[in-house]
Amino acid sequence: MVPTPYYLLLAAVLFAIGAGGVMLRRNTLVILMCVELMMNAVNLTFVAFSHELNDMTGQVFVFMIMTVAAVEAAIGLAILVELYRLTRSVNIDEFNSLKG
Amino acid sequence: MEIYLFFLFGGIAVVGALAMVFNKNAVHSALFLLLTLVMIAGLYVLLNAQFIAVAQIMVYAGAIVVLILFVVMLLGAELGESIPRWLTLRNSVMVLLALVFLTVSGTAVYDWLYSTQPITGTVTDEVIARQGSVQLVGESLFTQFLLPFELASILLLVGIIGVVVLGGWRLVQHRQRGE
Amino acid sequence: MTAIEIPALNFAALLPLFIVVGTGLLVVVLDLFIADKKSLGWLSLFGVILAAIVGNMQQGGAGFDPAFQNVSLLDGYANFFNIIFLSTAALSILVALGYLGRVGLHRGEYYALLLFATSGMMAMGMATDLMVVFIGLETMSIALYVMSALNRHSRPSGEAGIKYFLMGSFASAFLLYGMALTYGATGSTNFSDIGSVLTAGTVAPMAMLGLGLLLVGFAFKVAAVPFQWWTPDVYHGAPTAVTTFMSVGAKAAGFATLMRLLMVSFPAFAVDWQLAIAVLAVLTMTLGNVAALAQKDVKRMLAYSSIAHAGYILVGVAAATTEGIKSVLFYLLIYAFMNIGAFAVVGVLEQKEAIGTKLTEYAGLARKNPWLAMVMALFLFSLTGFPPLAGFWGKLYIFRAAVNADLTWLAVVAVINSGVAAFYYLSVIVQMYMKPAADDAPEILPSTPATRIALAVAGLAVVLIGILPASLVDMVAKGVFG
Repeated sequence: MVPTPYYLLLAAVLFAIGAGGVMLRRNTLVILMCVELMMNAVNLTFVAFSHELNDMTGQVFVFMIMTVAAVEAAIGLAILVELYRLTRSVNIDEFNSLKG
Repeated sequence: MEIYLFFLFGGIAVVGALAMVFNKNAVHSALFLLLTLVMIAGLYVLLNAQFIAVAQIMVYAGAIVVLILFVVMLLGAELGESIPRWLTLRNSVMVLLALVFLTVSGTAVYDWLYSTQPITGTVTDEVIARQGSVQLVGESLFTQFLLPFELASILLLVGIIGVVVLGGWRLVQHRQRGE
Repeated sequence: MTAIEIPALNFAALLPLFIVVGTGLLVVVLDLFIADKKSLGWLSLFGVILAAIVGNMQQGGAGFDPAFQNVSLLDGYANFFNIIFLSTAALSILVALGYLGRVGLHRGEYYALLLFATSGMMAMGMATDLMVVFIGLETMSIALYVMSALNRHSRPSGEAGIKYFLMGSFASAFLLYGMALTYGATGSTNFSDIGSVLTAGTVAPMAMLGLGLLLVGFAFKVAAVPFQWWTPDVYHGAPTAVTTFMSVGAKAAGFATLMRLLMVSFPAFAVDWQLAIAVLAVLTMTLGNVAALAQKDVKRMLAYSSIAHAGYILVGVAAATTEGIKSVLFYLLIYAFMNIGAFAVVGVLEQKEAIGTKLTEYAGLARKNPWLAMVMALFLFSLTGFPPLAGFWGKLYIFRAAVNADLTWLAVVAVINSGVAAFYYLSVIVQMYMKPAADDAPEILPSTPATRIALAVAGLAVVLIGILPASLVDMVAKGVFG
């Protein structure tokens, strides 16, 4: 038996790596991957709690998060491909035509 | 035995995540993400959530990562940004914030360990072994959480319409021009 | 292997939501056969109004029971928020009918996306379970990401879309982590179950961390400082009709869930979150107003002004009393009318390639188009909070709620902020009435009847609520949950 806090800490580490990656990286595609990693850390937390609490809610929630993550990835990539047509770049720093 | 598997899967997952962030080539990043996701699927099996583990492989590895890889290659964006220096003031602040976050969550987890936990559920490992996690998830999905399940269908529809709106314009124009 | 028994669901309680979704589906299908996209807009408008009427008829009758296994509840609170969302949607459809044709974006899917986004907001207002909150939020957000990026030939629109998407999904991850920890600490995702476990007082630190992450997530969604930096670019870059819709709708939906969650699930930590929200409110108001002062573009200025208004609303949330909830409901409905009105005027003056939104391009508007200048001045005075317009009463109730909740200092900061805000609102009015038009100023295209209806309705609402606030106060009194 692995104690539940191990999973929780692992998830926290993965979440922090993902959040750090979003901040550090400038390539929009890699930022998207980092967000997916954060979602996965959340999923791991949910499943660990679900196991600990003997309750199915957490797993159903994970199922929902997966659905949303798939839709989000599709939409985000569609927007990015369209923007790439206009800018020829995936670097977030170059998406700066608006300044106030 | 389980604990060794946990450290194996968890260790590879963390290494994969770090490699994903600190890799210049976006294709390599995507592949490291895939590695991490598969390792997390392994952890789900350890947590007796077989259905989620399978869904993880199918949805994340099979659909999302492939989609991302496809776009990376389509755009030829694999080289991404040139990273002159990792060690800047901004980046150090970010790393510091991440460490603060880890400390806070670690403290919360530590405290949670020594407090009384509300064990509410009835779905113990024995029940899962008897009924299977697919049936249990399905039951919960179609009774307690029917509304989120139905709303998710709207969400998927929005996704479909969204992609058509963003990507299908050229098609419409071609058709109008009679091509 | 036993068959699954579907429990009692109480479909009737969600009838308004189903009407909106059904209209959206109808629009998607009819879009294939109908070439005149305007008729789809009118159809959507009809569906939205029908949903509002049905929702109001249900009030007081059956249907107040929790629906779908206690994951959602159409109480007075949800119904009032439905009115806010549906009026926002209705006015935005009218604005879009005029705007989209002019900038060459008229597509049937726009109305479908707008209706689905509205249904997501309604789900958030009715939600009493974190899972419904999450799905509703994502339905709304994803529709809004697409709508922001709708103009595929405009770089600002695409940039707005990708920024909104990245920030939105980043915020969702924090929100989800907060939900996960809350679930772990309490063993439930149901609002009232979470509340009862936490009031019993066993597992504080993890739930506290969960609450903190939830607050971060919602602060992103309602554009509160320090999580506001995406807002100006997104509101500025998105097509004006979309900005109109999301600057009110997304914000109201965020507040709907936030208030119910804080008051029902986290009363045990009231002292902590009250302070956190008060600090957020001060930062949000001040930064929004100060940044707005420096803007040279009216659309961008209104984006900063909407950040500042989120700050005023947070003052009402920080009060954490029934009076506070009432004042927020009151303010949000008024804000919907005046903000949509102001953005609608910006939309009328805007032409292709984002010409016509600069402050100097508003010079001499009073002479060129006196009616338009008059309604714009009306909305701006209301946003400033001049009596006897609606915005004045909105601010008054919020500040009074703060004072009665022993947050006098917060009310004082808010009043000072309203004074600062007057400068930039008035500078637009000065441009319109005192400055002569430049010789090369772009010609104003005639507005469509739909836009005129939207402006008239919003203007009338601002004036009527201003003269007769009592009727709305009565309505708000029914909008408080037990």
